[in-house]
Amino acid sequence: MAFRFGIAVFPGTWSDRDCAHAVGLTGAEAVFLWHADKELKGADCVILPGGFAHGDYLRAGAIARFAPLMEAVAEHARGGGLVLGICNGFQILCEAGLLPGALLRNRDLQFRCQDTTLLVEPTDSPFLATIASGSRLRIPISHGEGRYFADPATLAGLERGHQVALRYCSPDGDLDDAHNPNGSLSHIAGIVNEAGNVLGMMPHPERVCEPLLGSEDGLRLFGSVTTGLAAAGR
Amino acid sequence: MVNDPQGLVVTDALHSLGYPEVLGTRVGKYIRLELAADLESTAAKRVDEMCRRLLCNGVIEDYSFEIAAGMS
Repeated sequence: MAFRFGIAVFPGTWSDRDCAHAVGLTGAEAVFLWHADKELKGADCVILPGGFAHGDYLRAGAIARFAPLMEAVAEHARGGGLVLGICNGFQILCEAGLLPGALLRNRDLQFRCQDTTLLVEPTDSPFLATIASGSRLRIPISHGEGRYFADPATLAGLERGHQVALRYCSPDGDLDDAHNPNGSLSHIAGIVNEAGNVLGMMPHPERVCEPLLGSEDGLRLFGSVTTGLAAAGR
Repeated sequence: MVNDPQGLVVTDALHSLGYPEVLGTRVGKYIRLELAADLESTAAKRVDEMCRRLLCNGVIEDYSFEIAAGMS
């Protein structure tokens, strides 16, 4: 049976179709999951895509986290099921408490839509199973509120547990301020939960899955999910 | 304290308008709720819960509230 991605759709989600297209390129199946339903339709991995769920009213992700679908997503995550939050999806995961910390307004208060280089850290997660640590991925960001923040104790815990999966870096892999596009704490672009089955990231891998679009690095990430799980015998 | 870039920009703007006494600015949210409750203590308990569950994100925000009677 084909690996199945369930792609959440909230009012205001706009990256759902792009994610379905990207997933299709890996040979996996994509089904859409409506926010008001509690049904994951047998998805192996749930994607919370980018967009402005519920208009980002109050705070990005604050309303979406109470959607009926999120109860099922939380249960899926607690049972070790895979969950990938991209951009707005990352914000929703933080609001839902499935990942620690929060995403704040960008340091320069500007909406940033640009290519970024990401350093892959030695994180134990199916999402990075086939991508060597130290690799660099070229994946764009597109957000106004992506500055990762957590209190010092939480940050220390993330670092100690190798839960920081992706960091913004220079094309050569240096962690310098000029290549931290939003002022994120410790250059954080993506983190996983303690078990590694939930990944939240601000950059958009679904936008770089074909040579025509300048990079196929996003496809490596989606491909890692399917092959990584097969390798783990799940 | 969580860095507030909006507050920094507002401080700069106030300085340039001739208010050097401004030492810092923090930009937040003002939310006005209208609710039905018989007792102020009941209202306070419920509003506090609303703040914790939805209106405020404890990771990055603090909250305080005041209750005024007889708005409607």
